[in-house]
Amino acid sequence: MTSPHSSHDAPRQSFLRKYVFSLDHKVIGLQYLDLSLVAVTTGMILSWLMRMHLGWPTKAIPGLGAVAPEATGGIITPEYYLSLMTMHGTIMVFFVLTTAPFAGLGNFILQLQIGAEDMAFPRFNMMSFWVTFVAFLVLLAAFFVPEGPPLSGWTAYAPLSAVGKDAGPGQGWGQTLWVISIAIFCIAQLLGSLNFIATTLDLRTKGMSLARMPFSTWAWFITSVIGLIAFSVLLPACILLLLDRVAGTSFFVPSGLVISDRLQPHAGGSPLLWQHLFWFFGHPEVYIAILPGFGIISHILPAVTRKPLLGPRVVIACMIAIAFLSYTVWGHHMFMSGMNPLSATVFSVPTLIITIPAAIMTLLWIGTLYGARMRFTTAALFCLGFISVFVSGGISGFFLAQPAIDSYLHGTYFVVGHFHFVMGVASMFGIFAGTYFWFPKMFGRMMNETLGKWHFILTFVGVYCIFMPMHYLGLAGNVRRYSAFTVDYMKGSVPLHRFITVAALFTGAVQLIFFYNLFRSRFRGQIAPTNPWEASSLEWTTSSPPPHDNFGGQHPVVYHGPNEYGVAGKDGDYIMQNSPESEPASESAA
Amino acid sequence: MGRHEGAIVGKIFAILVTIITIISTAIFISRVWWLPPDISQLGAGIDHQMNETMVSSGVLFVLAQLVLAFFVWRFADNNDQRKIKIFPGGATPMVVVAIILVGAEILALTLVGSRVWASIYVTKSDPNSFTIDVQAEQFAYYFRYPGPDGKFGALHPDLIDESSGNYFGLDPANDTTARDDIVSASLVIPVNRPILLQLHAKDVSHAFYIPELRIQQDFVPGLVIPVHFTATRTAKSEIVCTQLCGLGHYNMRAYLEVMTDVDFKKWLNDQSAQ
Repeated sequence: MTSPHSSHDAPRQSFLRKYVFSLDHKVIGLQYLDLSLVAVTTGMILSWLMRMHLGWPTKAIPGLGAVAPEATGGIITPEYYLSLMTMHGTIMVFFVLTTAPFAGLGNFILQLQIGAEDMAFPRFNMMSFWVTFVAFLVLLAAFFVPEGPPLSGWTAYAPLSAVGKDAGPGQGWGQTLWVISIAIFCIAQLLGSLNFIATTLDLRTKGMSLARMPFSTWAWFITSVIGLIAFSVLLPACILLLLDRVAGTSFFVPSGLVISDRLQPHAGGSPLLWQHLFWFFGHPEVYIAILPGFGIISHILPAVTRKPLLGPRVVIACMIAIAFLSYTVWGHHMFMSGMNPLSATVFSVPTLIITIPAAIMTLLWIGTLYGARMRFTTAALFCLGFISVFVSGGISGFFLAQPAIDSYLHGTYFVVGHFHFVMGVASMFGIFAGTYFWFPKMFGRMMNETLGKWHFILTFVGVYCIFMPMHYLGLAGNVRRYSAFTVDYMKGSVPLHRFITVAALFTGAVQLIFFYNLFRSRFRGQIAPTNPWEASSLEWTTSSPPPHDNFGGQHPVVYHGPNEYGVAGKDGDYIMQNSPESEPASESAA
Repeated sequence: MGRHEGAIVGKIFAILVTIITIISTAIFISRVWWLPPDISQLGAGIDHQMNETMVSSGVLFVLAQLVLAFFVWRFADNNDQRKIKIFPGGATPMVVVAIILVGAEILALTLVGSRVWASIYVTKSDPNSFTIDVQAEQFAYYFRYPGPDGKFGALHPDLIDESSGNYFGLDPANDTTARDDIVSASLVIPVNRPILLQLHAKDVSHAFYIPELRIQQDFVPGLVIPVHFTATRTAKSEIVCTQLCGLGHYNMRAYLEVMTDVDFKKWLNDQSAQ
């Protein structure tokens, strides 16, 4: 299969076609990344507001009253707090952690890594982005509707999310827009996943066997398979929820509910059905967020350690195993839900087993550092940071995977600390590593490394100060999703909450360094050579940025795997994947 | 960037990881923030499991972070001339170590942990349990005792009326068993007697969390969910909601009072008399 572009220069195109409704995967990749930049900024500001409120609940937040009528005089009401939390979670999970590492970075880099000219279906690709964009606008619109933004959390448990205005503020148009937004997002992801799968399977250049695919391409490929199954379950679930809300159906609402003194006109539905459908998507979603990170780390580590990744095939096998297992564990979100307690044991075992491939991969990354000739680029540092936070977040999973302990920790800040480390921070570190690493390829300019290192060091310390204390809070029984701690036994947690707030404000402010670096380097950065990191994969064989058809009318031929480092190659201690030279002996000294 | 600068950043990273690991672990060990004292018969099993997990996963946490820090420190010299080294034995020892270490931990935790879980959530309640009905609603709990006849009146959601205090939807006019039902805003129970709670939700999902009893359970509309426990000490503690239920979620709570048998009987009589 060939893409519609056959020449390496783009045909003369209108501004709209070139920059807005572009079919070029590189432009679309950047559009996704720019969208997630807007989303992550929004999500982060929301988390700041929440944190400020939790630290100092009675203090007015300057200026907030003017933009948000729900926060009268700048003081966040309980319902507005829950709305901020719901929107923070939704924006971050869908429009940042799914969009940036998979749709964004993947869209730009995957085709370059497999030597393709574009996606298999460029028009679908464009559509995926614009559908995602519409989903984002619909979600943001929920901020401005009369009954207020939704407040049922990113998990939108029924019946709270299903019965409409009777259930209180945020349950009118806000919740309806939320469901519509997520349904639209599912469509975009399904299109995107199909496209990634078709592209990876069909458009690999000559010699690019599956075994020679770079680890990041493997990760995006596996992620797209997970996404295809996960989002195809969430989409109908959202449609059913929407029908419950607007058409009077009762998929998730049983009979006999009295809400706001009104007997609800529903019968026959099950709230647990929503939880099963949601988490059947929701748990694999965690891996949609983190798996690209696994691939990015595995791809960057050899280039910055100047040695091959330890156990390359084992790493790929682990990613596949994790993807498979991710479909067998969703019930661990529901240990306390009232489902048959016997099934808790059944869900607990694969949840614990999933730590084995994760642990193998982590040890292989750490083992790769042994005897390395480290080049501490910013990308390298974010890889190392990734390993550290992934270990921290992964290990707290041991607690939550056991129903007997989850019965104490479920619904507490322990859970918040756990998933922010493993899904939020680790994924973000993967995105940062990828951004610092591939930025030269994207824009033809280098990012400032000194600023990058400051960004890393301060962020690394900051995230530990935010999320490690949440585990302590959880152990003390501090419940999540509370807008204030009026319960007597939780009052003692306020000083620790204040510490976390200060750390969150600090860490958020540190991201300004990144934004400055990103924008300044885009226009003023040092001109990037073709292969600034002396890396072996195909994206580094073409100019920075690549021409419209990626390889200037050429079709690269691949002779080597992506892991040829620490060898005496003709260009240095590595062999480009498209170099016809034979494989020289490794220079390693055991 | 010079070679020197890179090496320094690497060493800073190694030091930071070490410091973070030491401080985090020290705070866990200090137990400044920890579970409140256990007052339930089955809580000891949970606490034991928590401790086991804390120690075994704590060891893995410290080991992994320190080895990461050590390798980064050790190979941070940025010497482009030095020959690289492959980890002795390659990937195999890593795979074996991960499978044995993590596998053993999983096996140990599952074998013991599932028994603890089963003893609390799978095992049926004691047939002599004292049964109390619990209704959760936005944003309160109500507790119903069967009264002198030992029987609960039937529930009629259409009769629920907050203004007249009919939180459960009882029909005392036609239902004789409902007439003596006692409804309380606090959960009052006798010490050392098995208690069976039957959880109902009036409107949306809620949850029931008492840290001292190591008990947590969701209320799911449409289901009646049993929870059983035995409190081993007289105490007064809080019951809080852990399932997002709307704007007043943070403020949804009730009190648990564990009394001696004598005090409990007196309390129950007082309630009946009202």
